[in-house]
Amino acid sequence: MEELAIRFDHVSKRYGETPVLDDLCLDVRKGTFLTIIGRSGCGKTTALKLVNGLLTPDGGAVYVDGADVAASDPIALRRRVGYAIQGVGLFPHMTVAKNIAYVPSLSRRWDRETGARRVGELLETVGLEPEMAGRYPGELSGGQRQRVGIARALAGEPDILLMDEPFGAVDGITRRDLQDQLQALWRRLGLTVVFVTHDIREALRLGSLVLVMEAGRIAQLAPPEELCAHPAGGFVRRLLSDR
Amino acid sequence: MAGPAGRILKGGTPIENLIELLRSALELYVERWDWFLNLLLVHMGLAASAIGIAGTLGLLLGVLIAEHPRYAGAVMGVTNVFYTVPAISLLGILIPFLGIGNKTAVAALTVYALMPMVRNTYAGLTAIDSDIVEAARGMGSTRAQILFRVKLPLALGVILAGLRNMVVMSISVCSVASFIGAGGLGVAIYRGITTYKPAMTFAGSLLIALLALACDFLLGRVERHYKKKWRLTI
Repeated sequence: MEELAIRFDHVSKRYGETPVLDDLCLDVRKGTFLTIIGRSGCGKTTALKLVNGLLTPDGGAVYVDGADVAASDPIALRRRVGYAIQGVGLFPHMTVAKNIAYVPSLSRRWDRETGARRVGELLETVGLEPEMAGRYPGELSGGQRQRVGIARALAGEPDILLMDEPFGAVDGITRRDLQDQLQALWRRLGLTVVFVTHDIREALRLGSLVLVMEAGRIAQLAPPEELCAHPAGGFVRRLLSDR
Repeated sequence: MAGPAGRILKGGTPIENLIELLRSALELYVERWDWFLNLLLVHMGLAASAIGIAGTLGLLLGVLIAEHPRYAGAVMGVTNVFYTVPAISLLGILIPFLGIGNKTAVAALTVYALMPMVRNTYAGLTAIDSDIVEAARGMGSTRAQILFRVKLPLALGVILAGLRNMVVMSISVCSVASFIGAGGLGVAIYRGITTYKPAMTFAGSLLIALLALACDFLLGRVERHYKKKWRLTI
């Protein structure tokens, strides 16, 4: 049990009459890089938002580090869990430095000096020049913004990183680059990553464990090699043929 | 008609008449500068009171309905109705409750100024990209932190535009207040009309216009400063 970072225990969720998650059971061990793949509307983003309490399950429970999310303080939980989303959601009125320091600033964890140092370190970690600190998001390229988004998600020194199609809006080469860097970070920091994508190549390339979802259920949960070797059912086979 | 300020305009081209009017008004300013200064100060005081109250209240109401959208319809509806009531009849309606004088004038102006403030605050706060708000929430911001650190700064451009609009409007509508016995530059306008001295009316109006323009200019500078500082696009 201690080994588990995240556990979905018979979780169901519906929006109005439409069920999005149907009796989902899933254990994510610490240090896993879990990629979740499926069509839009299959429940992958919903699953992610259940982990940091942005959504609450209609049935069942989600546990993070052994504690029921529904019974935890959502504010404290979210500050411990890194979160990066599609389109990045960087704050346009804050400099890169302020964006990166956002989570620590919420609980006044960094003084001015620590802040400047940590921002510099995080920029380096995600492969950006320290001069970027004073820029505004509007002055950055798509790839640079994604990097800042990752640095911001890492600033609270989380053990768990939730990412919702964070590389959705960048070109192929930049995307490759970002994927490599994220994977290196995952290895170096020993993070647990949950990464939602609709790109099967990305899912296979990044994941140590790949979860294929279809209509709110698990179609297959396996390491990438096994997924390719033994696809379970027509949906997974079709998905793999998209490569 | 006695005195230079009482000259009745007839004959001459419109341009000549206008220059004559301006000349007479300037003469009036020189002759009775202390009276006009006093009217200007009272006018500024009345408008500032209403702007202060409506600005604060409007901001609070706008934030309230943006955070609790179920009240938005009712609040916007009521402030909209207030806004459509002609200023002069609003003053008339308030007399039985508040009597005549400055207090009633400020109350009427406040009611009037509320709508642009509420509307712009609400519009500014609800126009923010939902991804940005979701990101702020997902990173563990409290509701107040989202409001003060993300939403209000991003809505500031729209809110300031509403404030600017409201200030200019209040300064000009304030001139009607003299009809119910309040002070301000409306007194000069009213006196000009009742004693048939167009120059007096013009002199009062000109000061109001200059005051409004000055405030518009200053608030425009403030608006530009913050939009530039926070890279606001709206």
